[in-house]
Amino acid sequence: MPSSIPKRSFWRGARDGAPFTLIVGPFAAVFGVVASEAGLTLAQTFAFSALVIAGAAQIAAVQLMVEAAPMVVVLATALAVNLRMAMYSAALAPHLGGAPLWQRALIAYLNVDQSFAVSSAKYEAMPEMSVPEKIGYFLGVMAPVAPVWYGMTVVGAVLGQQIPDWLALDFAVPIAFLAVIAPALKTVAHVAAAFTSVVLALALSGLPFGTGLLVAGFVAMCVGAAVETAMERRV
Amino acid sequence: MSFTAAEIWAIIVILGIGTFLIRFSFLGLIGDRALPPFALRLLRYTPVAVIPGLVAPLVIWPEATGGAPDLARLIAAAVTLAAGVKTRSFMVAIVAGAVTFYLLSALL
Repeated sequence: MPSSIPKRSFWRGARDGAPFTLIVGPFAAVFGVVASEAGLTLAQTFAFSALVIAGAAQIAAVQLMVEAAPMVVVLATALAVNLRMAMYSAALAPHLGGAPLWQRALIAYLNVDQSFAVSSAKYEAMPEMSVPEKIGYFLGVMAPVAPVWYGMTVVGAVLGQQIPDWLALDFAVPIAFLAVIAPALKTVAHVAAAFTSVVLALALSGLPFGTGLLVAGFVAMCVGAAVETAMERRV
Repeated sequence: MSFTAAEIWAIIVILGIGTFLIRFSFLGLIGDRALPPFALRLLRYTPVAVIPGLVAPLVIWPEATGGAPDLARLIAAAVTLAAGVKTRSFMVAIVAGAVTFYLLSALL
């Protein structure tokens, strides 16, 4: 740990990040199981979690690979799931834009739903924090989360190879996704986007190789934004 | 898995780089200029716009049953969704869904 990063804010971040291991651990294990069921090797499964650190996008990619979608569709869909992180990046920029490039690159790599949510809330609550303190806090939040994410992916991948067929693990994918999405259905606009996505994805499922999902996703995104705009006008 | 090992590695590496660039975008390259409001508005909905469309066919036409709708899977999906909306907890939702699925699979 370089001396420029304040230890106190790092440890405060680590304390605030620790509870999130309870969410991230099981999710990583689910990905490990899904990936090994799909036929990925342990090294591939681990590399997925280490390089991408985005469970929903990883499971989406593996699911489409199982469905033998073309590589372009696999990549486009998984990256579309991660597009929200551009918003996280934009929200962090005013707070961390003054940090050295290598620190901003490290933060970018570690910028996941949990670290973003905790850190951005902290920065809003304590605007007097210095840039090094903010960096220390963010890295602190991920200090317990990232190792659990990597480790539980491996645990899931190893266990997944030993789980008997009667456990019907094919259902782990939809269940995990529904559990991720349900808490995110916060407003009418979110529900409208989700509903549009479901209806169009089913209606367009005849289109070749998952391209229907990309169309459904794009239209649903526009519907969400449009409903949000309409709701604001009404208020 | 119809992909070769090289293709799988390519997917992993490209997704890793692409995801990093999305996360790095404003922090690293674009600086602290604000996103236009309509862009922020669209980005907010990316997960709820893509994931439900991915899940729906898996729930309604599961491959394990040869594509025939399966009551246990439909009810378990509904329970997962309801538990997640009500408690806002990933863990509660996934446990509720899994328990429902195994109970119904054993009973039906």
